[in-house]
Amino acid sequence: MAEVLSTGPVGTAAAAPSHDPWYRRLPVVRQLRQAVGLQRGMLVAGLTLTVLFVLVAVLAPLLAPYGYSQLRSGDVVFGAQQPPSAEHWLGTTVGGYDVLSRVVYGAQTALLVVVAGIIASFVLGVLLGLLAGYLGGWVDRVLVLVADAIYAFPSLLLAILGAIVISKGQSNLWGGIGATALSITVVFIPQYLRVVRAEVLRVKGEAFVDAARVIGTRNGRIMTRHVLRNSVRTLPLIVTLNASESILTLAGLGFLGFGIEPTQAAEWGYDLQRSIADVTSGIWWTSVFPGVAIVLVALGVTLMGESLNDLADPRLRSRVRSTTSPAVEPVEAEPVETVETTPEAGA
Amino acid sequence: MTAPAVQIRDLAVTFATDGGDVRAVEGVSLDVRPGECLAIVGESGSGKSVTAKTILGLLPETATVRGAVVLSSAADGAGSDGAGLDVVTASPSQLRAARGRDAAMVFQEPSTALNPVYTVGWQIAEGLRAHGHVPRGELKAAAVDVLRRVGIPDPEQRVNHYPHQFSGGQKQRIVIAMALALGAGVIIADEPTTALDVTVQAEILDLLRRLRDENGAAVILITHNMGVVADLADRVAVMYQGKVVEQAEVHELFAQPREEYTKLLLAAVPRVGEGRARAEARAATRPQGWADATPAVDAKDLTITYPGRFRQPDFTAVDAVSLHILPGEVVGLVGESGSGKTTIARAIAGLQPVSGGSLTVLGTEMNGVSRRDLRAVRPRIGFVFQDPATSFNPLLTIADCVAEPLVVHGRFRSPAAARGRVDELLEAVQLPRAYGDRFPHELSGGQRQRASLARALALDPELLIADEPTSALDVSVQARVLELFAELQRDLGFACLFVSHDLAVVDLLADRIAVLYHGQLVEEGPGADLLEHPREDYTKKLLASLPIPDPTAQRARRG
Repeated sequence: MAEVLSTGPVGTAAAAPSHDPWYRRLPVVRQLRQAVGLQRGMLVAGLTLTVLFVLVAVLAPLLAPYGYSQLRSGDVVFGAQQPPSAEHWLGTTVGGYDVLSRVVYGAQTALLVVVAGIIASFVLGVLLGLLAGYLGGWVDRVLVLVADAIYAFPSLLLAILGAIVISKGQSNLWGGIGATALSITVVFIPQYLRVVRAEVLRVKGEAFVDAARVIGTRNGRIMTRHVLRNSVRTLPLIVTLNASESILTLAGLGFLGFGIEPTQAAEWGYDLQRSIADVTSGIWWTSVFPGVAIVLVALGVTLMGESLNDLADPRLRSRVRSTTSPAVEPVEAEPVETVETTPEAGA
Repeated sequence: MTAPAVQIRDLAVTFATDGGDVRAVEGVSLDVRPGECLAIVGESGSGKSVTAKTILGLLPETATVRGAVVLSSAADGAGSDGAGLDVVTASPSQLRAARGRDAAMVFQEPSTALNPVYTVGWQIAEGLRAHGHVPRGELKAAAVDVLRRVGIPDPEQRVNHYPHQFSGGQKQRIVIAMALALGAGVIIADEPTTALDVTVQAEILDLLRRLRDENGAAVILITHNMGVVADLADRVAVMYQGKVVEQAEVHELFAQPREEYTKLLLAAVPRVGEGRARAEARAATRPQGWADATPAVDAKDLTITYPGRFRQPDFTAVDAVSLHILPGEVVGLVGESGSGKTTIARAIAGLQPVSGGSLTVLGTEMNGVSRRDLRAVRPRIGFVFQDPATSFNPLLTIADCVAEPLVVHGRFRSPAAARGRVDELLEAVQLPRAYGDRFPHELSGGQRQRASLARALALDPELLIADEPTSALDVSVQARVLELFAELQRDLGFACLFVSHDLAVVDLLADRIAVLYHGQLVEEGPGADLLEHPREDYTKKLLASLPIPDPTAQRARRG
């Protein structure tokens, strides 16, 4: 098997660049084409939920019947804790907001926070990981020490701390989103740092880095051209897995009251917290819908991440078993050198 | 005539991969009798290992197997109806019973075939326990016994040692002992000596031969080394692209190969003494006073140490080596693994700091060299790495990789601008221009190594360092790369340090040969002299261990 692996595209498929058009090489698209069976099912389900989430978030102003902080339409006050009806499909909250509109707008908030948080932690984490791994020495030691220290804190506690420090208690829309995104950033930077650092350490020992050094390439060029691009392969997976975690962190912050005020933006965790008292009095609609939204989004993103993770590993990836008879098709052989006899070589 | 121990009929193996189905083996039929050694030779990817693994049912789940592989039981008639076991259709429990008892495997890399956390005695006993024909109390005695039979000294003590306390050759002996303990009728040796040094290789081959002669085991030897084949095999099957192209008795195959492919394979095997004419021709064209020219590389008492770990002394990899390479001269550096040959090569290229003595490379003193001086000398040195698979950035095309030195040293602004020069270089190493647009994994090993040569020559270096450039290649490919190398050296006239563990390869190219042993320079001199009249014992041993790819001569020499 080892020989087949080394000559065929099997072992290198996840890493190997190809000549396919760019849209087929995009991380998720490529895996979608590759997947079969249960793994494909997981990926498709995850993708559907995630795409739905993004669509709802982007089209929120069109989809939601009312604004997220609207209390009355015209002169008619919505009223608090109204059960689902023709005007309010999912009822109203204890504060008198429309539940459906809050849930739809909540998607927008969640998307903004997650995207901002992930971009920030991705850029910083990759940069620091590259520096730590490639330069080594005291830079590495200090960065890893700080990362480990951050790891040691429960991430929600850290996020709370971050939210308080950053927003200083006040919460407008961008302040709230910024604070939450930043606290998510702080929690996730160590993950990117560690993963990238480990990859960089591995890549640094590869012969092609030596080959670059031996021709006199400067460190900066080696880092960007040779090491970085070979070290970020696994990151799309971590991004998807982190996305679901950061949605839960955001909801957790909101639930604990460190989120965004209802007048500034809709936030599922905050709504859940406000509906605790309703549950005992039989008012189910205020808590069920934001809760379901959180579960679905986290589930979708996790499913996507998990199946990408399985697909990236040739040992976990399932393939269509060959059923054709070996005699039907001709042997698909690698170019073998002994057959191509050029005239110069013979001379 | 006895019944065959293994009968393979119309075997076909297909692997399901991301790129569609790959047919690894097609229509292979082979027989091996007890007391016989069948060698399966072929290039990597020819299906020889897959065929061997099928015999033990060791293929991964992605494989689909057709045909029949019949193992006749070593335990005579014990419950078997004489028909033997068809591995292809056997149930997992039948397979488990047959493994070890009927057929055992000796792997290429002995250090990974043994579990590092158990003693070797325990691991030998594990096989006996699994098949349950030795009472518990006698397990250890049985293990000691087989260790003695494979020639491990002090087996009573050594049985309690862990794998890391043995050398590579001893580990391979232990793996063979495990096969021996169960009295396996068939021993499948998959490149059993590839990872070992020549001197150790000879001992392992001896052991396999004894197993065949004394125990009447059938040995299936998978190898690409024709010298090993000539030494051990009775019959040879040549595989190419999943098919057996020729099968013959060993003397017949070497004397009168029928198939074109077999002839090519045999012609490609380097033999000691072939490079002599070429070295003499080179010597004749040299101007007078050449020997007094300033050497390209001049090492005086060169010492390189690796810092020891906590509270351990430093490890001296290279110990007071004095060596010089004149301009336009090819010096071969030969030694076993751990002899320090690669360390010297890396030190000359500035990849390894020098700890003591003096090393002058193209006029620059490398001991304590400044970063700026090193940068200035680097474009004048080319380096070819051992493993072509890892020495290219997998995300850049071949053209970009070859253009890298040109861009780094400011000859061209971008890889695209350098394309003209890159095409010239690719043509010089006999690669089609269009290959520049391919990614490294889309080239075969030999093609990659040629591209690597193109990259090393991009800046017209005065000195080329080749660190085992052909050890990862198949024989037939190796021959062409060496040929190309010699041609380029003649045309461009660079000085060269050629590092290899294979004397025959070095002899093909080198004007002078230097032999290293445990970091010390044992012997050094013109190639023909050194090979014909070796002065030092170690050189003699090295030469004697090198199997000659000719069964008659090899058997005569062994006596």
